[in-house]
Amino acid sequence: MYKTRNMLGHIYMVAFLLFLLLPLVVMSGAAFNDSKLPTVVPWKGFTDRWFIDLWNETRVWTAFRNTIFVALGVVALSVPIGTAGAILINSISGRWRATLYGLMVAPILIPGVVIGISTLLFWNNLSVGSGLHLSVLGQVSYIASFVMLLVLARLQSFDQGLEEAALDLGASHAQVMRRILLPHLYPAIGAGAAIAFFQSIENFNVTLFTRGGADTLTVYVFSKVRSGITPTINALALILILVTLVAAAIYEINRRRNARIEAAREADARRAEEAML
Amino acid sequence: MGEVLKRYGAGLTTAIILLTVFWLLILLILPNLTMFESSFRPYLPVAEVGGPKDVYSFGNYMNIFGGEVPMSIFGIEVLVSARVKIFILTIFYAIVVTVIAFIMAYPLAYYLAKVVSPKSLPTLFLLLFVPLWVSEVLRSFAWYVIMTLKGPLNGILMQIGLIEKEIRWIDGYSPVVVTLVYAYVLFMLFPLYNAMQSLDSNQIEAAEDLGSPWWRTHLRVILPHAKPGIASGAVMVFMLSAGSLLVPAIIGSTTGNWFTQTIQGVMLEEQNWNGGAAFAFLLLIVCTLIVVLAMWLFRVKLSDIAR
Repeated sequence: MYKTRNMLGHIYMVAFLLFLLLPLVVMSGAAFNDSKLPTVVPWKGFTDRWFIDLWNETRVWTAFRNTIFVALGVVALSVPIGTAGAILINSISGRWRATLYGLMVAPILIPGVVIGISTLLFWNNLSVGSGLHLSVLGQVSYIASFVMLLVLARLQSFDQGLEEAALDLGASHAQVMRRILLPHLYPAIGAGAAIAFFQSIENFNVTLFTRGGADTLTVYVFSKVRSGITPTINALALILILVTLVAAAIYEINRRRNARIEAAREADARRAEEAML
Repeated sequence: MGEVLKRYGAGLTTAIILLTVFWLLILLILPNLTMFESSFRPYLPVAEVGGPKDVYSFGNYMNIFGGEVPMSIFGIEVLVSARVKIFILTIFYAIVVTVIAFIMAYPLAYYLAKVVSPKSLPTLFLLLFVPLWVSEVLRSFAWYVIMTLKGPLNGILMQIGLIEKEIRWIDGYSPVVVTLVYAYVLFMLFPLYNAMQSLDSNQIEAAEDLGSPWWRTHLRVILPHAKPGIASGAVMVFMLSAGSLLVPAIIGSTTGNWFTQTIQGVMLEEQNWNGGAAFAFLLLIVCTLIVVLAMWLFRVKLSDIAR
């Protein structure tokens, strides 16, 4: 009874993973097919010409540069904003906290179209024209929420007594922030920066309405898909997937190493405590 | 508040407050208020803005009407405007996506939370996260590659003899629904998993020992416990699907238009920003109302979701 049920579970898990991953494999495979259309059947032979075409396309390079600039801008703004929001909300309680929390989480749910249009109209009223700077501001408005949630979760495990001890021992306010609170928050801030970076690269809805005439990679891919597709898009897709996979792997390895170090430290502390008794 | 001041001093506290105010006021509240205000103003040439013709009206919202087309709602034929029809279908299919995502994610969430050995969990999660790291535009494009007329889906089906002629898959709303489910099912899976993981396995065993068949255990023990997870997953998937522009734009055909595409057309092709603002606000308010209604129906509180 249990065995068949577990077996079904394993099968379903594998099927689900195939459903998630096969489309990406098919798409990547089409990057190597020597056919004018992006497809894997019929297979017309292996080629690397789509990668060469991609390399020679100047629009991709501009779009790539823009994407990185926007992402860096989003990280630079959303990390301090999200962290400040988390510290603030962690220190208040009652009805205000619920209202503020609701406001800070809401942008995650607001459709990107709405964020894009409202950002465009607001800054346009202030005579700030559209362009990638507005894309940055629009994206920050919801990406800061992710940073806030991550930092807030980390704050739950923070011992505020440490700050009080530091203050009692004569530390300045800036020292309390820099030497005690921020070091505790660094893992969450790092994760927040990584998520902000990738969310920004992914973003389409906000960027589409605020970008003016500038390209980012997602907008470029989108316009390419709408107007005559060639497998250069698949080549670009494969490269992007590989880059994100490597980044994800580095992030994961780093996370596991940190978790191990922290576990070891805790074990040390426990041993020391036991030795004292 | 006083806590912050005591710990970090006046300078840092001001910085913290200013950053938060900048975020909530300048990036969030004021733009949305501007959009709301603009949505009531007519679309005028630049020279006439602020002139006598620039008065508030519901004109932009009325634009959704006009150009009647037939539509069948639960088998009843009615005449509605083309834009209203697209709006209704967008909401309807976003709900369909949410339901399918739930049906697909539920067994897997249970499996991950209660069946699989905890040792293999990190690896499984890493694999599950891969598509999340890949851009949405590429994930939609992947399905485009699969479902094109000469694509692998038709190729395989013809190879094994299930169909004789290529089927035009990219037609109507089904390819959009499939791709949206693919894009957002993980946003259902993770909250469900979190909710189920916090359920004490002894409760399941107790139900089984007392003779409850597996389906009743799920219905009476696991489902009620997972309700907050279901709610947050459903809200997320519904809002993402209804607000998606990429997926329908890439994989939709002329017979499968999404309301976001209507907004995009008004904004970027007609360059009627106030009209676009009205439609965007309409989308936001209707989606929010549906979420509130669903939460009231299933008796979930916002605080359950935002845990």
